[in-house]
Amino acid sequence: MAEIQIKNVAKRFGAYQALHDINLTIADQEFMVLLGASGCGKTTLLRIICGLETATEGEVWIGGRRVDHLAPKDRGIAMVFQNYAVFPHLTVFENIGFGLRMQKLPDDVVKKRVERVAGLMHIEMLLKRYSGELSGGQRQRVAVARALAMEPDVILMDEPLSNLDALLRMEMRAELKGVLAESKTTAVYVTHDQVEAMSMADRISVMHQGRIVQAASPIEVYRNPAAEFVASFIGNPPMNFLQATSAGDGKWNVAGKVVDGPRAAANRPLQFAIRPEDMAPANEGLEAKVRIVEPLGAHLLVTCDVEGAMFRAVLDSDMVVKPGDTLTLAPQADRVRWFDPETTLAVA
Amino acid sequence: MTDAAVTAPATADTRKAGRFLYIAGVVLLCAWVLVPIYFLMVNTLSSPETVNSFPKPFFPEFDFGSLQFFAGFAGMLSALKNSIIVAAMTMVMSILIGAPAGYALSRFDFRGKELFRLLILLTRAFPLPLLALPLAVMFIQTGLDDTKFGLALVHTTLAIPFAVLITFSLFSGIPLELEEAAWTLGCTRLTAFTKVVLPLILPGITASAIFAFVISWNEVFAAAVLTIENRTLTAFLLQSLDTSPLHLKFAGGFILVVPALIFIFAVRKYLFAMWGIANR
Repeated sequence: MAEIQIKNVAKRFGAYQALHDINLTIADQEFMVLLGASGCGKTTLLRIICGLETATEGEVWIGGRRVDHLAPKDRGIAMVFQNYAVFPHLTVFENIGFGLRMQKLPDDVVKKRVERVAGLMHIEMLLKRYSGELSGGQRQRVAVARALAMEPDVILMDEPLSNLDALLRMEMRAELKGVLAESKTTAVYVTHDQVEAMSMADRISVMHQGRIVQAASPIEVYRNPAAEFVASFIGNPPMNFLQATSAGDGKWNVAGKVVDGPRAAANRPLQFAIRPEDMAPANEGLEAKVRIVEPLGAHLLVTCDVEGAMFRAVLDSDMVVKPGDTLTLAPQADRVRWFDPETTLAVA
Repeated sequence: MTDAAVTAPATADTRKAGRFLYIAGVVLLCAWVLVPIYFLMVNTLSSPETVNSFPKPFFPEFDFGSLQFFAGFAGMLSALKNSIIVAAMTMVMSILIGAPAGYALSRFDFRGKELFRLLILLTRAFPLPLLALPLAVMFIQTGLDDTKFGLALVHTTLAIPFAVLITFSLFSGIPLELEEAAWTLGCTRLTAFTKVVLPLILPGITASAIFAFVISWNEVFAAAVLTIENRTLTAFLLQSLDTSPLHLKFAGGFILVVPALIFIFAVRKYLFAMWGIANR
């Protein structure tokens, strides 16, 4: 029930500029993931939305109301912290009901709501326990339940799954996505894990050095990265890059091959980019000298050398390849992307 | 046959010897502390006649004659009362001043924070005898001399460094995220403190308060210099030490030592915390 608007937000810590002129609109009930490496400003941005940090410049609007001067408690938000922040001196029940008690709701309402969200998070049997008696995964559930019990307009999550082990993380990821979709709240979720971002988000904002580089749907971010940083940050293994020189009129020289490319760019060199899985062995294509072969079960990851540049390809697991072989790889034409090395932005 | 066969018993021997030394050291140190306290107790719980006779007993007779005499000694009970009142005032004041300072040190960054921490410790660097004369003059000028409150002020000054350092380590042990979570759940800075932080550090605050109590309870120099009529127990005993009989000294010493010992034992965990040794 709330749209978030971030207008020209900047944040400086002394001389260090953590955020540069951020503009972002998050639609009502949207699941927005802020994705980036550590130190990119994603947590700072989340804390500015939350009110735990004040922006040096700019405005934050939630549900048509300007909130950047309000205390966290007056913004209609709830937050899930990385270390869960479950109060150790209260039972799980009192933890989940903490915010409701602060609103002075009658006991029966508190009880009803706590039991409902505890049911949603499957922790009904833990209500009488203390945080010291819970496992990490259970604490995580309590933290989410506590946020949901507030029935907030916006739920903010700061790397909520990063302290869980891999298997539990996968389980919680799916569960969290389901619960949040059902609760119909707007969600902002900070993570450095691209798999988490891809699998949960309606939209991903990729952040780099205090700026939002691209804000788009997961598949768009993956297929059409707006900048070299996004292309190399998202995808595992990342996108391959090769130098390309103009061969005139929309033709480009890539590793000794002539490839169709953008016409717009003048006589400057471009970067040719292709995802490892968008290539197949063929009679015509790039000559790749195989260096390392990693059988990953579902497919074969081959690290090659194309004109001195590292080049990875994901091939069918039935293929017989060994180091020292030379492969001829044909890039799938519609999956090729071009970047301007000067601006690092995508070129159409 | 080999070197290993020869050296093995030798290392076992050194290990045994080391262990013997270790245990001997522990026993010696314990005796160093416990034997005087034991004799203090034996003599306190014996009749005045036994205390003044020779040889001394090794076991208490559980005769309360000495303690009775102590209680009946003129001015002794009011001195005991003064001690308790001054110590209680010290306790309250040092927490009221020390705990917020500890909170500020652990939660806020401000200029001169490190200097402030150092200065707190420096208050203990000046020997009290050096300060006693100017302090006495100032107290007489302001009318604070020979009052319980005046003495409590001096004791508070002595206790504050410890109160600040203990509460600082307590507050630092509480993750800021807990407070932030409380803020997002509808708390102001103050209600987050009273509803989340305070319940978590209350045991530690109590310990810190008790420690302040003990500091005041044991303090003798300022008490002797700054009070005449309203003497605390330590000052009173010091004053009447050379004129009083042996069993009175024993009883007085015992009454002084026991509360301090019990309190310190009760809060030992938090005193370790003050030196940065993990207590959780």
